[in-house]
Amino acid sequence: MNPPRAAWLFLAPALLVLGVFFLLPVLGALVLSLTDYDLYALADLHNLRFVALGNYWELLHRPLFWSALGHTVYFVAVGVPLSMGASLGAAMLLNSPLARCKPLFRTALFAPVVTTVVAVAVIWRYLFNTRYGMANYVLGLVGVHPVDWLGDPHWAMPTIILFAVWKNFGYNMVIFLAGLQAIPPELYEAARIDGASAWRQFRHITLPMLKPTLLMVGILTVSGYFQLFAEPYVMTEGGPLQSTVSVLYLMYDEGFKWWNLGSASAVAFLLFVIMFAVTALMLKLSRHGEEP
Amino acid sequence: MTAGTRPQRLRRGRWLAAAALCGAWLGGCAPAPPGQELTFWTIGREGEAIVQLLPAFERAHPGIQVKVQQLPLTAAHQKLLTAFAGGSTPDLSQLGNTWLPELAALHALEPLQARVDRSAVVRPDDYFTSIWATNVIDGTLLGVPWYVDTRLLFYRRDLLRQAGFRAPPRNWEEWRRQLAALSDPPRHRYAILLPTNEYEQLMSLALQQPDPLLRDGDRYGNFESAGFKHALAFYVDTFRLQQAPPISNVEAGNPWTEFGRGVYAFYLSGPWNIGEFRSRLPAAQQDDWATAPLPGPRTAGIGVAGGSSLVIFRASKHKDAAWQLIEYLSQPAVQQRFYALLGDLPPRRSSWQDGALRDDPKLRAFREQLEHVRPAPAVPEWERIANEMQLVAAEAIAGRLTIDQAAAEIDRRADAILAKRRWVLDHAVPAPTREHPP
Repeated sequence: MNPPRAAWLFLAPALLVLGVFFLLPVLGALVLSLTDYDLYALADLHNLRFVALGNYWELLHRPLFWSALGHTVYFVAVGVPLSMGASLGAAMLLNSPLARCKPLFRTALFAPVVTTVVAVAVIWRYLFNTRYGMANYVLGLVGVHPVDWLGDPHWAMPTIILFAVWKNFGYNMVIFLAGLQAIPPELYEAARIDGASAWRQFRHITLPMLKPTLLMVGILTVSGYFQLFAEPYVMTEGGPLQSTVSVLYLMYDEGFKWWNLGSASAVAFLLFVIMFAVTALMLKLSRHGEEP
Repeated sequence: MTAGTRPQRLRRGRWLAAAALCGAWLGGCAPAPPGQELTFWTIGREGEAIVQLLPAFERAHPGIQVKVQQLPLTAAHQKLLTAFAGGSTPDLSQLGNTWLPELAALHALEPLQARVDRSAVVRPDDYFTSIWATNVIDGTLLGVPWYVDTRLLFYRRDLLRQAGFRAPPRNWEEWRRQLAALSDPPRHRYAILLPTNEYEQLMSLALQQPDPLLRDGDRYGNFESAGFKHALAFYVDTFRLQQAPPISNVEAGNPWTEFGRGVYAFYLSGPWNIGEFRSRLPAAQQDDWATAPLPGPRTAGIGVAGGSSLVIFRASKHKDAAWQLIEYLSQPAVQQRFYALLGDLPPRRSSWQDGALRDDPKLRAFREQLEHVRPAPAVPEWERIANEMQLVAAEAIAGRLTIDQAAAEIDRRADAILAKRRWVLDHAVPAPTREHPP
């Protein structure tokens, strides 16, 4: 057996699984997104119409799609920097030679990641209750008027962002921690001897050395945050006034609530295109930064 | 779903697969029952009560074994549709009457008229007329009502009396006066709780109007009718006058306690809350609350015909056995036991002629209103339209739309949702030249 054939043979099981469970469904969804598959089509295939790009066209003319995209971009634009900042900050604190009880803090900060989002949401809904919540109680102590966290269309998304950041920052923290531990201590030692301040050490040693990790975490977090669904689903059900409806939430409603699988598939592909473009742009920008 | 939760989701997927395998294994190895095994899907709390009623049925029908599967309400709709798509529907199921048109459109349900004609137990004239009518889709009977619900007023008798009102309101004018007298927004006192993300309240008010909600054979929305605008204006005004807080049921949290504390004097809700208020409010307060028929523009007592039916699936291989179970559950004596277990109101007048159902003063308003309930439009798209209606109404509550703008917007959205229905209806007409859709 010649080597290329042997290589294909070794690849075959993985390709088969990928083909059957990933490629075929994706192709099926693509075809579905070009039809108006809905409840009537489920009843009788004669009611299925080929609409070409009609679903996409309609979506692009639907205000709800644009507002959902706006909410998602808002969530990504605010949530990702906050989340990565929190992760990096926590990782640096844990990595500091002054830190005590590291395993305890590492576990405590990682705990939100492994708890169930539904269970945590129940507690958060109580914390952010307008009348009885602890958040407003604490704000009340310093004289701030109660905020309608989950009921005011302007505050609901910030609350969701806060919730998501708290829930997820531990995951990236662990990755950053591994990255920080891989930076040779000699670099810091040399910098200290040269009299570099803590900020300059961070700016000129930590950040450049962490760059590959930052890029990977950034791309993973952006693509993860674009798929915002569970948090509004359990916290606000998309409300108030649909101010927390994300693109994926719209897809869920279209597909699984109303059974419009055609337009739901179109939402999925549009989201895929957007995410692909954003992550490709991030990759390109990072490469651009390396050249000069 | 965000980055951090992905591993969790995968793990859950694996658990589900394992559970499914276990289920298949158990099913495969269990000793085969001597007769037929009926699969019966229930939705929500009904499943817990039904298992207590089944032993008597199985004793009377030794050849039939009933396997009850409880679906949670939030997942039931999805599960029913996926079951149909996958060809794994149960023999019979409980089905909310707003979902009936959808499964009827799928031709998933067995017509029942012939069985009813032969039955000595199920007698249509004994059922509340509108409730029975919700089970007839395009002239075909597809379900037998199991329990009913309608939305009406729960009210604090003591608070009304303190404000100088001897009786609950009978029409909107009286209601508005009482709402105004009982509201005190600066002290967090609102006369009524109307969660802004529930469409049932506005729909109940709209059904009291003479105008239907959809027109031209349910092809278009009819929300710009004078009747609907009247209802929408009354509903929205209640918020604008600060007689109801503009909050959703997620924020309302525990409305029962707040009702007990007097935050709300009225609560527009359904029969299951009789049990909730009995168990959640202290004994000393039990005489302070009562129920009243829903006030209408002129008279009280017209509301939405809600509830659940029992249906047999077309694909079932045990339709006769399934019908025997439906007959058993339709007996007035069994319905009374069902009420005692769960508080679900029976759909037959004769079931109301004895015991607690006849004597309970809190039930009297329901008994009165059930004679005058009106069904929601019987189209598969109705729930979606009602959702859009509520979303637009919430915009109007927030002051972003006027009543006229809101009504026009609901019509626009309803017409868009009904586009496929119009095409299917026109398409189905046997015509020599089939017209292409516009």
